[in-house]
Amino acid sequence: MLNILLPILLFAALALAILGAVRRMAMWRRGRASKVDLLGGLLAMPRRYMVDLHHVVARDKYMANTHVATAGGFVLAAVLAILVHGFGLQNRVLGYALLFATVLMFVGALFVFKRRLNPPTRLSKGPWMRLPKSLLVFSATFFILTLPVAGLLPEGFGGWLLAALLAVGVAWGVSEMFLGMTWGGPMKHAFAGALHLAWHRRAERFGGGRSTGLKALDLTDRSAPLGVEKPKDFTWNQLLGFDACVQCGKCEAACPAFAAGQPLNPKKLIQDMVVGLAGGTDAHFAGSPYPGKPIGEHAGNPHQPIVNGLVDADTLWSCTTCRACVEECPMMIEHVDAIVDMRRFLTLEKGATPNNGAQVLDNLIATDNPGGFAPGGRMNWAADLSLDVMRDKPSVDVLFWVGDGAFDMRNQRTLRAFVKVLKAAKVNFAVLGLEERDSGDVARRLGDEATFQALAKRNIQTLAQYQFKRIVTCDPHSFHVLKNEYAAFGGDYLVQHHSTYMADLLAAGELNVSADTGGSVTYHDPCYLGRYNGEYEAPRAVLRALGIEVKEMVRSGFRSRCCGGGGGAPITDIPGKQRIPDMRMDDIRETGAERVAVGCPQCTAMLEGVVEPRPLIKDIAELVADALIEAPAPAKTVKRATEEVTA
Amino acid sequence: MSIATVALVSIGAHPASGRARRAEHDARAVELGLQLAGDSLHVLHAGNPHEPALRAYLGMGLSELHVLEQSDGNDAVPILRDYLRESGVQLVLAGSQAETGEGSGMLPYLLAEQLGWPLVVGVAQIESIHNGVALVLQALPRGQRRRLKVRLPFLATVDNAAPKARQSAYGPATRGEIDVEAVEVVIDDLSTQGAFQAAKPRPKRLKVIKAKSGADRMKAATAKAAGGSGQVLKGVSAEEGAQAILKLLIEEGVVR
Repeated sequence: MLNILLPILLFAALALAILGAVRRMAMWRRGRASKVDLLGGLLAMPRRYMVDLHHVVARDKYMANTHVATAGGFVLAAVLAILVHGFGLQNRVLGYALLFATVLMFVGALFVFKRRLNPPTRLSKGPWMRLPKSLLVFSATFFILTLPVAGLLPEGFGGWLLAALLAVGVAWGVSEMFLGMTWGGPMKHAFAGALHLAWHRRAERFGGGRSTGLKALDLTDRSAPLGVEKPKDFTWNQLLGFDACVQCGKCEAACPAFAAGQPLNPKKLIQDMVVGLAGGTDAHFAGSPYPGKPIGEHAGNPHQPIVNGLVDADTLWSCTTCRACVEECPMMIEHVDAIVDMRRFLTLEKGATPNNGAQVLDNLIATDNPGGFAPGGRMNWAADLSLDVMRDKPSVDVLFWVGDGAFDMRNQRTLRAFVKVLKAAKVNFAVLGLEERDSGDVARRLGDEATFQALAKRNIQTLAQYQFKRIVTCDPHSFHVLKNEYAAFGGDYLVQHHSTYMADLLAAGELNVSADTGGSVTYHDPCYLGRYNGEYEAPRAVLRALGIEVKEMVRSGFRSRCCGGGGGAPITDIPGKQRIPDMRMDDIRETGAERVAVGCPQCTAMLEGVVEPRPLIKDIAELVADALIEAPAPAKTVKRATEEVTA
Repeated sequence: MSIATVALVSIGAHPASGRARRAEHDARAVELGLQLAGDSLHVLHAGNPHEPALRAYLGMGLSELHVLEQSDGNDAVPILRDYLRESGVQLVLAGSQAETGEGSGMLPYLLAEQLGWPLVVGVAQIESIHNGVALVLQALPRGQRRRLKVRLPFLATVDNAAPKARQSAYGPATRGEIDVEAVEVVIDDLSTQGAFQAAKPRPKRLKVIKAKSGADRMKAATAKAAGGSGQVLKGVSAEEGAQAILKLLIEEGVVR
């Protein structure tokens, strides 16, 4: 009886799964075209899955091992089960292999089950609570079914009762594992995830690469939408990427806006996009809601505007673009790209940048800086430093990119400290002076691609007039944009953050520094230096050279928590329950450090905005400048210096 | 409320950089017009139709902007007057003062005079228009408001008391069309013969703070301006009234 029923069940399930797959693919294809290497991607997929994705998953050893056992066991068991029970290849070796696969899967599923006994809040519940049971049923059923094949049990053992039980088990198992894969069950992640890895929009991320620069919008193409209004305005592989989500909630746990009680949860956002691409409401979402927004009140479909239907605008504007979600995502989904795409539509088409957004963008257009300061005052901070300007000295080793921090009195201290360091190392450097413009970072992240491109093109034009070996900047945002986002417009430069450059200078013995004596120090990794550009080591090397042993925070390096200052978040200023910099300051206080070393004007401003008493905030350049030993100079100068000290 | 409403716009200049932009007050006039008339608002500029800053007005969601083409130094008043007279417009909104050119703030007064229309300055809101009468909220100093009933047609100017102009978006700004109309050019003698020179800030009077306490300072900042020596003329003949005004003007040195 089972011999007849089993192949029917298996092949029926497979056929329905294929039907579901075709239907799902049709949903993705509603998206816009995207240039992807279809075949090459598919060929590269196994490696991306087993190496790149595993690297991310393996940060959590428990889950990595569990997943290897469960998924490995399942894939093997599924293939063998189709051969053995579907095509009736009742081979003893195959039987043993299938037994092994089901045992492996069963053991893995036990651990999945164990984790689901008391799941952390970040995990989605609902159908996901059913999954471990389905896994156990699938593996146990096929184990028992295969015992006769391996010759361990006589045919027809157990009689009708067992046969009926097994038939139910198979039906349950294949429904969840085969049908669920393409008809929207929890196992969808395996099907969509595999294809997402194959046709990822940032293929450069695989094989140890890094791709963090936002993709340019073609403004000359009048037929293309300016950003994303409806789910179908995403590219098809973005839609596919949303479908790959496993709802593990690693993004939610890392998101600073979620922790601050702002109405953003990256996991929910991705699930809402899934609702958008398939049509429906968010009532079935079984995870944490956007803080302060109840579940079940939003709905959408591929042809309906996303904002104020599926997602509220303040959700999109809460993001600091810190990339913590992308860094944590085991499926390598690109949350930030999606958010910026939707912001682009709001800014470029609707003119709906919240709070001070509109004014900042107007200022950038009219004065080339977000504060609306007179452009002529850009070099006031260096009035007494007699800096060389590129226009007078068109060929130098280092072009010092000052950034808009030039207008901020706190940041001017950092800039002056860095100039002191450059002068001490006798670096041949110059600044652009009044020819410098905002890098366009904040405009781009507020969705104003047009202003970003205008600023970028004019900066590239200016830079093209001069010869320099590298650009060095104290601002990780300018650093990131110059390094990773100007290339699309023809600006290819060697760009370094000042911490990297100072680490080089110190390593080369160009700087003479004494040991730092100001007390213990912790280091805050800026998102745009760390996660965006992988520079975790240089700032620490600089601090080590000053004799500082960094008291690391729990969340440091690639897990560093954002200061709240990125992505235009201080401008759009979406209210939450607490402020992100306050949470970061708590992280800092936990280390017991008296000072926190930073390398970003935004981080400095955000952290200094925390009420005292709190640790002192010092830019790395300030720490180095304070530790500089002035080169042995003629006696006369030394005498004057001592007079100044006593005076 | 589909009445022919026109908003007059000019090219502005950013106060810090001097770069061309949409003029702050004119943008508020457009905003007021959009709130009042929606898509049927007719936005009009007299000047260079190729100025990129004009597109910032289109970015507020206009599909079309009408330009009466003329070059700098031409007088905008006569062509605007003729245009408005011929088009049967009922309500004209404008910023109170241009940010570039002469920027005398005289244009609305001259236009109103030549059209023979009333002019309402400092409009904060136009509440309703019924049967040819508009209910207008006019802004007075120190946050005070005065509700006026004005018969159409009339001309209204707005300043910072009017609703803030919406954000100008790139998409509509690039898509919007600029409809150019050739007009007979009238040379403005004042701006072609005279020479422009930067205005010097007038020396400020020293403000003597007499307040001793915070409460006093608060009072000084919020209290109504005390007229003091003013006099109210009631029930006098027109001749007597005119005499009194002339006397005051002579005293103040306005009429010599």
